Amino acid sequence: MAAPMLRLCCPGRRWALACIDGCSRHRRGAPNGCTSSRRRGQSSVAQQPFITAQKPRKGEHEWAAVVGLEIHAQISSKSKLFSGSQVHFAAPPNSLVSFFDASLPGTLPVLNRRCVEAAVMTGLALNCRINKKSLFDRKHYFYADLPAGYQITQQRLPIAVNGSLVYSFCAGKNRSQVINKTARVKQIQLEQDSGKSLHDDLRSQTLIDLNRADYEIQRQINELENGGEILNETRSFDSKLGCTIPMRDKEGKQDYRFMPEPNLPPLLLYDTESLPAGADPQQVIDIDRIREQLPELPSVTREKLVQQYGMLPEHSFTLLNEVGLLEFFQNVMKETRAEPKKVTSWVLNTLLGFLKQQNLAVSESPVTPSALAELLNLLDRKAISSSAAKQVFEELWRNEGKTPAQIVSEKKLELMQDQEALEQLCHAVMEGHPQVVMDVKKGNPRAINKLIGLVRKATLSRADPTVIKEILEKKLAS
Amino acid sequence: MAGIEVSAALKQGHITPTELCQKCLSIIKKTKFLNAYITVSEEVALKQAEESEKRYKKGHSLGDLDGIPIAVKDNFSTSGIETTCASNMLRGYVPPYNATVVQKLLDQGALLMGKTNLDEFAMGSGSTDGVFGPVKNPWSYSKQYREKRKQKSHCENEDSNWLITGGSSGGSAAAVSAFTCFAALGSDTGGSTRNPAAHCGLVGLKPSYGLVSRHGLIPLVNSMDVPGILTRCVDDAAIVLGVLAGHDPKDSTTIQDPVKPFVLPSLTDVSKLCIGIPKEYLTPELSSEVRSLWSKAANLFESEGAKVIEVSLPHTSYSIVCYHVLCTSEVASNMARFDGLEYGHRCDIDVSTEAMYAATRREGFNDVVRGRILSGNFFLLKENYENYFVKAQKVRRLIANDFVTVFNSGVDVLLTPTTLSEAVPYTEFIKEDNRTRSAQDDIFTQAANMAGLPAVSVPMALSNQGLPIGLQFIGRAFCDQELLTIAKWFEKQVQFPVIQLQELMDDCSSVFENEKLASVSLKQ
Repeated sequence: MAAPMLRLCCPGRRWALACIDGCSRHRRGAPNGCTSSRRRGQSSVAQQPFITAQKPRKGEHEWAAVVGLEIHAQISSKSKLFSGSQVHFAAPPNSLVSFFDASLPGTLPVLNRRCVEAAVMTGLALNCRINKKSLFDRKHYFYADLPAGYQITQQRLPIAVNGSLVYSFCAGKNRSQVINKTARVKQIQLEQDSGKSLHDDLRSQTLIDLNRADYEIQRQINELENGGEILNETRSFDSKLGCTIPMRDKEGKQDYRFMPEPNLPPLLLYDTESLPAGADPQQVIDIDRIREQLPELPSVTREKLVQQYGMLPEHSFTLLNEVGLLEFFQNVMKETRAEPKKVTSWVLNTLLGFLKQQNLAVSESPVTPSALAELLNLLDRKAISSSAAKQVFEELWRNEGKTPAQIVSEKKLELMQDQEALEQLCHAVMEGHPQVVMDVKKGNPRAINKLIGLVRKATLSRADPTVIKEILEKKLAS
Repeated sequence: MAGIEVSAALKQGHITPTELCQKCLSIIKKTKFLNAYITVSEEVALKQAEESEKRYKKGHSLGDLDGIPIAVKDNFSTSGIETTCASNMLRGYVPPYNATVVQKLLDQGALLMGKTNLDEFAMGSGSTDGVFGPVKNPWSYSKQYREKRKQKSHCENEDSNWLITGGSSGGSAAAVSAFTCFAALGSDTGGSTRNPAAHCGLVGLKPSYGLVSRHGLIPLVNSMDVPGILTRCVDDAAIVLGVLAGHDPKDSTTIQDPVKPFVLPSLTDVSKLCIGIPKEYLTPELSSEVRSLWSKAANLFESEGAKVIEVSLPHTSYSIVCYHVLCTSEVASNMARFDGLEYGHRCDIDVSTEAMYAATRREGFNDVVRGRILSGNFFLLKENYENYFVKAQKVRRLIANDFVTVFNSGVDVLLTPTTLSEAVPYTEFIKEDNRTRSAQDDIFTQAANMAGLPAVSVPMALSNQGLPIGLQFIGRAFCDQELLTIAKWFEKQVQFPVIQLQELMDDCSSVFENEKLASVSLKQ
């Protein structure tokens, strides 16, 4: 299931805010229902009130923009919501999966158990009240990819209502300030997917262009201030004109002629308390059992990362926002002695940087967690320098099947372990460059870097500059 | 002949399935003028007969229905066999799957003789409004009717005054009545199985809603439709019901409990029974003959010791209007899928999708269907929904509660007329439009659909004109077996005569004569 994470396209953007009385329709903090109609075939996003303070325009009302979002998330299950399938309630395998979807006359919808479980799980994860009884309805309209002429949805009484999603985003300088917000979730409903699949993308991230919303917000403000009314309609954004335009050429809005779906009885869910005695577990869904099976929620995971590894909160976000990245990180942690901070840095900066450059998903990374762990181990015991490590990483990225150790060996990247040899080299360089030595002794702070550079060159970059510096300083001091 | 004796005969080898099949096919040919069948699946049936024969030879018959010819109304999906619903919209549509009830019959070895005629999309009470033309009532050609007509008028053998079968399952009724098969599937949404049963002298059973799967039955009103069973005697209906009833995972409105096939007991003592007579069903439109037979039936029960009481179903008068609102609303919804894109008729217009939809639907549907779609969409509009649809649902609840109250007061079954009168001539029937006729003719039958109750029409006696009149029993929900038991007792008491279609059978050398055919049932 896609986990939409909102990104501010323009972090510094502010929205006009109305906190004043006068406009009863736009009261602060209270989304007044979904104001966006879903455009067919469009993916949509989570519900969000956006309110930030701003100076009111001269002499006029302050307006609060309330943006409601509708998200369509495709449930990952073997078959569609109503086709009837092997995961259906205690039924033998059914061979008519496609007949219903083709809307052949005489076929009937059969509720998919897995989908119901997914919806309950989602509802629980979003702090919703799960309706123990929910209903199915038909929503009628004619469209080429809606063969039945109606879509089965839950309009009257959906499966879950009144939830919330606490989310955070990083703001401020260096994005180090974490701001928490709560979005209200009005309802979750099970619905037949009438359009084609929208999310082929592995990473399933949904970005919303809030700039475009701004055009519409401005249009509505203007309309209202001139005494006009806002029609409930579907509009699209015309990038050439730089404004929103109505989509339908018909007058008024579409009447979907909602009607209860007569072929699906009310969906009844139970919890441990209300579960009828002797109920066949194949036939019923127990909300409490599903709650037990809920995976750890992101906020909990992030908190754990911060506590366990001393990770910066903003890093925990990044780790969780990239599909598979957390797992990658944890796998590396398992196999390395390196400090968490180091691992974090390598994963978030180096690995992620490389991935992004080539637009790859974590799962497509040519560098495996084991490989990175091995590399970090080499670094940790100072077998190689950090610049060497970067080189190794680049080699690993080429995915020629070599291990870090092999690459280090081939490219002769090992740090010199022989302390004595290094000391001799230092000594030799000092001998060979008396002028520079003099500069150092005179107090020139940059002179020592020259010496370090010379030694490094002599070692073919196989000595740790920090160690070189230590040795030189010791020698110079004596 | 009922299935039972045929079944016995098959088992004993007195007749083979192939012979039986061929006999029925020949009757179908002879009675083609009845227009009972839209499709005759001769090859399929003969092949099935062959297989049945093999089974019998090995002594491995599948059961009482093995080798028994049956017919199926053309709104049930049959795999590989055209299914038209008597509409242009589905002309040429060959489904890739069998309706569950069809599959169950086939699994028992029944022989599928063909798909029977109906009103278009099962909308109608005469079987006169399908694109393949109207169905003629076999009783029009019966000795009983013709003799009475000769007495009254001196016109002989004119076919122009043939009688309707009633509807919408008229084709199935005619098929059974004319001995082309032993049982037929109909559908019943407002009386579509019981009405033609009464007009054709048959047993017409509407099972409890939820007892028999609707998967594959092309729906009219999902919340009221049931597959219906037409047979020549009650025992046969019970056998077929036993095969069809039970949970279907493909139909979420079927009950979960498993249903076992049952054998009807032969009731001898009715003194413990309580029969209810709903007073609101005594309407002025009821013909005097039907009224008098209804009375006679009540007296019959009473004289045999049953308690017969008058009961009230106070919301009866709202029923037909309520039915109309709910029926048209669901029809509008169910017909939305017929747009010419995937199956069936498609018009030639390709200017735009919407233009194509509109033209296809105008060409594909008849006036009756289009009228109901328009009405239904009106009722479903946002501004009308509360006042019409929701109100009708509420009234429906009241109607259903009327029955609950009556049954809770100790009544076992209700006894009512099935139809207002005997079958009328086609020329008279078409003087009123479909909607008017449906409203009139459904009056006794549709309440059972609204309440989901089981109901059965049993032929009682012939009218003065020599035409069948049937009476209806309505039972408690899921007490279909009890209902049929009482119906069986009644059937035995009244001894309804066999239709005499001698002329049709004359040049057929056959094992069975008419009388035997009528009295033999499927039961062993």
